[in-house]
Amino acid sequence: MRRFSWFNATSLTVGFAFLYLPMIILVIYSFNSSKLVTVWAGFSTKWYGELFQNEAFLNAAWVTLKVAVVSSTFATVLGTMAAYVMVRSGRFLGRTLFSGMIYAPLVMPEVITGLSLLLLFIGIGLDRGIVTIILAHTTFSMCYVSVVVSSRLVSFDRSLEEAALDLGCSAFEAFRLVTLPIIAPAVISGWLLAFTLSLDDLVIASFTSGPSATTLPIKIFSAVRLGVSPEINALSTIMISIVTVGVITASLVSKRASVRQQADEQAAVRADG
Amino acid sequence: MRRAFLILVPYLWLLALFLIPFLIVLKISLSDTALAIPPYTPTLDFSEGWAGIKSFFADLDLENFWFLSSDDLYWKAYLSSLSIAFYSTILALIVGYPIAYAMAQAPNEWRPTLMMLVILPFWTSFLIRVYSWMGILSQDGFLNQFLLWTGLISEPLTILNTNTAVYIGIVYTYLPFMILPIYAALEKLDESLLEAAEDLGCSRIQAFWIITVPLSKSGIIAGCFLVFIPALGEFVIPSLLGGSKTLMIGKVLWEEFFNNRDWPVASAVAVILLLILIIPIILFQRNEQKSREAEG
Repeated sequence: MRRFSWFNATSLTVGFAFLYLPMIILVIYSFNSSKLVTVWAGFSTKWYGELFQNEAFLNAAWVTLKVAVVSSTFATVLGTMAAYVMVRSGRFLGRTLFSGMIYAPLVMPEVITGLSLLLLFIGIGLDRGIVTIILAHTTFSMCYVSVVVSSRLVSFDRSLEEAALDLGCSAFEAFRLVTLPIIAPAVISGWLLAFTLSLDDLVIASFTSGPSATTLPIKIFSAVRLGVSPEINALSTIMISIVTVGVITASLVSKRASVRQQADEQAAVRADG
Repeated sequence: MRRAFLILVPYLWLLALFLIPFLIVLKISLSDTALAIPPYTPTLDFSEGWAGIKSFFADLDLENFWFLSSDDLYWKAYLSSLSIAFYSTILALIVGYPIAYAMAQAPNEWRPTLMMLVILPFWTSFLIRVYSWMGILSQDGFLNQFLLWTGLISEPLTILNTNTAVYIGIVYTYLPFMILPIYAALEKLDESLLEAAEDLGCSRIQAFWIITVPLSKSGIIAGCFLVFIPALGEFVIPSLLGGSKTLMIGKVLWEEFFNNRDWPVASAVAVILLLILIIPIILFQRNEQKSREAEG
């Protein structure tokens, strides 16, 4: 506090202005009635109307949502298994290779991941479409999920699980009744991370999608390559608002949960005394 | 039995969809272009038995890599990717450090909100964040209109479709990757060290250079790698904000594959990009390990 000077205040203001101004300008111009994106000609919501009549965008949005829900669910199951293996399984044959394969996709450039998956799908003769995008997204998302979940598993008290086993639980019951509820916040944030990664992905989806399935980022990319368009501004505004509302709600919920947990703990301490 | 199942499911998944695809890229980078489906030879033919496998390996060669090294375009693309990634990283450090520093100095009750403000852009579409700059940087865009209005310039500047726009795009989209690790390092800094330095006669600026910067070193290194590594293979930013002269290897790979349909050369480009990335990735991991040991 002592050091919170004018310098700090300026860098925060300028920094956050840099981070947020471009998106704010985009949102403002989405309500511009002019076709020219850079000239302000009065307030209008007509681009939103046009957007909701554009079948191609609506179809792509639906494909994107389906891919994201399915792939993030698979990724969460596989990623949680992988995290459990990494933290709990001790030594096994090929452990180094396994951990390498968990971390490598995180730093692999998307163009390489996309190219290699495409060559695989062509090699085994799998037609490109919604299934291949789901397979691709599951693969890279599961690595992110496993990193998030394993950080929670590491800090978790193993004796709770052992107690459950001593009291007659099967290994799976111990996992379901004890471990899973404790790591649940990490599993949920892993799912959310996988979900947004999938919604956001352009490069890997471009390589692995076929003519039968186009995702929203692919559509946006081909539209904006031709220049700035008011419809895309409207679409971006909708996406930005959904994310903002989602993140703020999630942080309020987790804040309330942590306040309640603190209150519970204090009550427990008082009851003990 | 259960344990084997638990290990095998994610293991086999990653083998099938991560390692094998990569080996296929490696193999195709050693193959020749052909007018066929798939558009390269040789293909492995098990029906001929051992002789088929032998002739398969005999047909693989480094020709595509010779081609890459003989054509200027690829050299220039690798070098310009490296230099764009390097300068963007430095710029991101210059922009990000003061923000991380101010966050670490902010009152405790502000910190969760400030953290959320830095993380929020992560959840917003990358493509949209890059796109938002297209409207700002264009000839008749927001920035030029603003500068003309203030009278700082009399002619609109050409920023979009130049390397400058690519730098702005990379710094903007990867800035949170720089801020967060530096903030994490600065937050742990013991204030009493600074007080001690000042008691011993350091000015604040001296104390900053002698104490704060060295103690945040691991955060600075982590942040720099987190910006540099993805920036090197970047595709979206150079193709939306860069011009026809902007050479970045991710874009070259994309064009080689989708426009020229030269799969063997695209694969060779990918293999070399990965070889270049191995060095920073190893250095990054070492730094992470070191800072983990320092904590533990």
